Amino acid sequence: MLDDSNAKSMSIIVTKGTLDWAYPPFILATTAAAMGLEVTMFYTFYGLGLLKKDLNLKINPLGNSSMEMPMAGGHMAMPNIVAAMPGATALTSAMMKNMMKKKGIATIEELRDLAIEADVNMIACQMTMDLFEYKPEDMIDGISLGGAATWVEAATGCDINLYI
Amino acid sequence: MADQVLDAKGLNCPLPILRAKKALKDMSTGAVLEIIATDPGAVKDFQAFCRTTGNELVSSAEDGDIYTFEIRKT
Repeated sequence: MLDDSNAKSMSIIVTKGTLDWAYPPFILATTAAAMGLEVTMFYTFYGLGLLKKDLNLKINPLGNSSMEMPMAGGHMAMPNIVAAMPGATALTSAMMKNMMKKKGIATIEELRDLAIEADVNMIACQMTMDLFEYKPEDMIDGISLGGAATWVEAATGCDINLYI
Repeated sequence: MADQVLDAKGLNCPLPILRAKKALKDMSTGAVLEIIATDPGAVKDFQAFCRTTGNELVSSAEDGDIYTFEIRKT
């Protein structure tokens, strides 16, 4: 078991911002924090969008051949020609969110609130902020800004370092 | 007999663990939390949670689709 004498820590580099890819970092961060680990999340490139005040996450069905949705007792992947149609992304995203709600899966907003509540250290990549022209006021409260060295310093002290 | 009961039915990973942790935080040492869940993954996850946090998994039972756990806060 973990106590004050052998405390563990984990860092996650969050690089992707679609609805499906947003789950692993938030699930692992909140769970690790609940199990007593000190957690740092570093948000870079498309992962940075997960820190925006208003989230409207989407899942992209185009070229996503392993995304098989349960349908009529079987599973069906969406052909690219259908996935490329206008509205396919919005439709797939709505279907996925609906399915998640039915299965009792937390929303990303809910997991993000729980991560903040659990004092997860959230670092937004300064370079990505500049690149995509985000302002600190576009982002939720309670985060800090930092660069590669900030993560490297945090990671040298971590027992688990993940790149998602 | 549990001191507090947490209904985690219908919740999926990692919510049963997160809700249990939240409930345990406000309980006093030695108190027992009973968790009722429907997530089959919770069986192994509560074992791992307790091994890591040091809280005692007093019981883990399965009755059809319902899983019941008792955790004593240490």
